[in-house]
Amino acid sequence: MRHTITILVENEFGVLTRIAGLFSARGYNIETLNVAPTLDETVSRLTLVTYGDEKIIEQIKKQLNKLIPVIKVEDISYTVHLERGMLMVKAIDAGDLREKAEQAGANIIDHEAGNYFIAEFAGTPEALDGFLASVDDEYVIESTRTGPVGMRRGSKGFVV
Amino acid sequence: MQMTGAEIFVECLKREGVEVIFGYPGGAVLPIYDAIFQQSHFKHILVRHEQAALHAANGYARVSGKCGVSLVTSGPGATNAITGLADSNADSIPNVCFTGQVPLAMIGTDAFQEADIIGITRSATKHNFLVKDVKDLAMTIRQAFHIATTGRPGSVVVDIPKDLGFAKCEFVWPEEVNMRSYQPKTAGHSGQIKKAIKAMLAAKRPMLYSGGGIMNAQGSASLLKTLAHQLNAPVTNTLMGLGGIPYDDSHFVGMLGMHGTYEANMAVSHCDLLVSIGARFDDRVTGRLDAFAPDAKIIHIDVDPTSISKNVDVDLPIVGDVGIVLQQMLDELSHQGGVPDVEALKLWWQQIDEWRAKDSLGFEQSNEGPIKPQTVIRKVHDITNGDAIVTTDVGQHQMWAAQHYGFKKPHKFLTSGGLGTMGYGLPAAVGAAMAFPDEPIVVFTGDASIQMCIQELATAYQYRQKIVVVLLNNAYMGMVRQWQEMFHESRFSHSYFDSLPDFAKLAEAYGGVGITVDTLDELDKALEVAFGSQESFVFIDIAVAKEENVFPMVPAGAALNEMVLA
Ligand SMILES: Cc1ncc(C[n+]2csc(CCOP(=O)(O)OP(=O)(O)O)c2C)c(N)n1
Ligand SMILES: [Mg+2]
Repeated sequence: MRHTITILVENEFGVLTRIAGLFSARGYNIETLNVAPTLDETVSRLTLVTYGDEKIIEQIKKQLNKLIPVIKVEDISYTVHLERGMLMVKAIDAGDLREKAEQAGANIIDHEAGNYFIAEFAGTPEALDGFLASVDDEYVIESTRTGPVGMRRGSKGFVV
Repeated sequence: MQMTGAEIFVECLKREGVEVIFGYPGGAVLPIYDAIFQQSHFKHILVRHEQAALHAANGYARVSGKCGVSLVTSGPGATNAITGLADSNADSIPNVCFTGQVPLAMIGTDAFQEADIIGITRSATKHNFLVKDVKDLAMTIRQAFHIATTGRPGSVVVDIPKDLGFAKCEFVWPEEVNMRSYQPKTAGHSGQIKKAIKAMLAAKRPMLYSGGGIMNAQGSASLLKTLAHQLNAPVTNTLMGLGGIPYDDSHFVGMLGMHGTYEANMAVSHCDLLVSIGARFDDRVTGRLDAFAPDAKIIHIDVDPTSISKNVDVDLPIVGDVGIVLQQMLDELSHQGGVPDVEALKLWWQQIDEWRAKDSLGFEQSNEGPIKPQTVIRKVHDITNGDAIVTTDVGQHQMWAAQHYGFKKPHKFLTSGGLGTMGYGLPAAVGAAMAFPDEPIVVFTGDASIQMCIQELATAYQYRQKIVVVLLNNAYMGMVRQWQEMFHESRFSHSYFDSLPDFAKLAEAYGGVGITVDTLDELDKALEVAFGSQESFVFIDIAVAKEENVFPMVPAGAALNEMVLA
């Protein structure tokens, strides 16, 4: 089962290694991991996507909490929440490819007519998958995407 | 007041109440060693290998209830310390290790004696710190001690670049440590405690199973005993928990697990309520998981939430310090005023007594035959009246010590349980001797294990420590040989030595008294000498039955009730 876990940590050196190290040492999976400082610059926020059975997910959450610089851990998978990731695709500018990308909701952020274009697309992980699938592989030069960031709906915030 | 980093180091240790540290100098810690030379607040014990510094600090911590402290240099000094860090962390022993680091500006340049100690020790410690500014040193030291000693204790590294030792700043002592990201829980949830007491009073076949948590929660051993007697429930201890209840207490059924007693393992396999108190369901304790305590509702008291339902699914978790939780339980018990099920418990004890009658630790010692290792342990118990501080190495001798010494009190049995570190015993005794120089201290060791830290005889002699090293010499890596005999059709691949040294001579060379023992008579005489008045350590090399095996034994992967008895 796929779980999206949000984490607040002290914004200090080495925290990311501690989290990554925990997953590798205990054989847990990380599908994606996003991290950036928050408005409060002493705190960083992570969104981590992992999968495993209930017992493993329970251990993952406890083990994360046990790391000294980890302030808070929340598994948002079971709550009403939103997830958004971002994707960039560089493709050959041929036929109506660019137009179709725009119609699908992408922004064209770079473009050299007849040569190539770069499309930027944001959305749920599924929407990103869908968009990527809609672009003909043959024309894709490269693509890169982030894992999702996420938060719960409602007025309550996940803050320190 | 302006102080150098090295002076701040000394001042902080003084304020933390440190009385003794174990260490080994080198380039990166010279500024700190210089400051140590000029102070008299704490003693520095010079070991002969950094691994031993950590084990000694561990031994000191276990018997004194204080935090162990060590100091080693950068690079190889710090890498030598890693086994000791992992060992203390596995056994939840508070141990702070200060490591020197190359000067700040040289970090990352592959400088002489540079090692990425933060990276290397990350998974061997509870936490680690690299101090990058002398202004942060005092707070970091404060946090290191706080983290090492609270919650589930463990090892903590503070890596200090050499130039911080010389750098100056205004010294400010942080009166408090308050870390928003680290707030260990101490008291148990009262609702859970109510439920637990209800379950305990309703149980027909209750069983208490206690571990190292009883050692870490000062004063909890007497609470455990009271609870056991009030519930009229049998108690078993893990290896780490021995001494949690006196060995001769009517309610004690011995150690459980791979080399546990028949009655302890059978009782766990048949109980209807298992209360784990500061123990973590280690695989050496549980045997095959799906057959572990199959009929039992399980209550688990642990200060570390990750221990709960990690290996065994728990019905009623209680997160908290076992000392506080046990007190809460006793209060709740008197508040509810209930009584246990007398009739059911009578039957339960009858059953347990039947299991006890198997005498699963029994062995035969003939007058002429070779000395049985079990005999040695029992004789040492007798001559020390069961009051000695006992350390062990790892192997058969360790299990025999656990089974046969008989501990009356907590903090008397020092053994490497989680990591199973050969080489632990002698340095741990060196550490213990710094806390209790006048108490009898015995190291039960093996011919293989002792050679992993034998250099510490020099330390024992330097500080004139009256340690008694009891070498159960079977001329084998006995435990390895036992497994090879049982599970690898007696192919004794590399488990014996053709060139054991003359240990008695070696001991003499190090300054102590060395005695070789072959017969029971010699054994009695040697023990008299060893526990008589001595200037320093005594090393008794005892030729024991070479092929004796440790029983009972639950083979790896078998269920607890599938013990091999002999
Ligand atoms: C550092 C380390 N290396 C290897 C082992 C594996 N090991 C466990 S017991 C043992 C043999 C110990 O032999 P000895 O010290 O003579 O004790 P005995 O079993 O004979 O009593 C070995 C090699 C270990 N526990 N620790
Ligand atoms: Mg041996």
